[in-house]
Amino acid sequence: MRLVLVLTPAGQVLAQSGFSRAVDVMSAAALAAAIVASTAELARQLKQPPFAALSHQGPKHGFFLATFVTERGTLAVLAVYDLDVSSLGLVQLFYEQLAAELKAASPKGAVQKQVLAADFERELTDSLNTLFGR
Amino acid sequence: MSAALDLITRVRGVRGAMLVSAEDGLVIAEQLMEGIKGPAVAALAASLAGKLRRAMGAAGTGTSVFWHLQAEQGALLVVPGGGGNSEGGILVVAVAEPDVNIGLVRLELLRAAAAVI
Repeated sequence: MRLVLVLTPAGQVLAQSGFSRAVDVMSAAALAAAIVASTAELARQLKQPPFAALSHQGPKHGFFLATFVTERGTLAVLAVYDLDVSSLGLVQLFYEQLAAELKAASPKGAVQKQVLAADFERELTDSLNTLFGR
Repeated sequence: MSAALDLITRVRGVRGAMLVSAEDGLVIAEQLMEGIKGPAVAALAASLAGKLRRAMGAAGTGTSVFWHLQAEQGALLVVPGGGGNSEGGILVVAVAEPDVNIGLVRLELLRAAAAVI
């Protein structure tokens, strides 16, 4: 596995593995969130439930994007893997284990905290500082 | 495909049989008893097939035509379809009891591989 991200449908990264630079994470998360949003809208227009997973394979690398629902909302997982050493079946297998563990670990019945403007501003500043390496 | 798997699962001691995409590790067809995790077996068997193919290529022995993994509580038997070239082909996989007649299962796996490819 080369890269893995766990993110919200809005593109907020919760966990990452395999990325060397913060900007890579931001770009990948934003693009993955855009794909999740566009496929969800496509499913809605087709009057279907949202797509569970998307797989795309190139000559050397495969790309897997899937969403699952926890008690605290929907999460997405983006995985990029080498076709030489892995396969879609293996990625799906370990994705299902990860999704099951995250669902089990998700707090149950907790009331979501209201997002305060002060927190948003601080988090935005932190994200921008990380993005531009300050 | 179902008829090909029937021939394998009729052998006494076979707990399930599958056709697996060697490239993706995804199940194409399956006939499995309760409790066998088909997608997991398929993904791991395909991964192993790919590694074996590279190892045998490096050893200069040519491609494998049959492999058998014996464990304490069962056995995994695989015939790569397409004349032993598992890359991009189909794997015929059987999950069996430890005391299964290996020769008979091997024969049925080879027949199934010939029938579906």
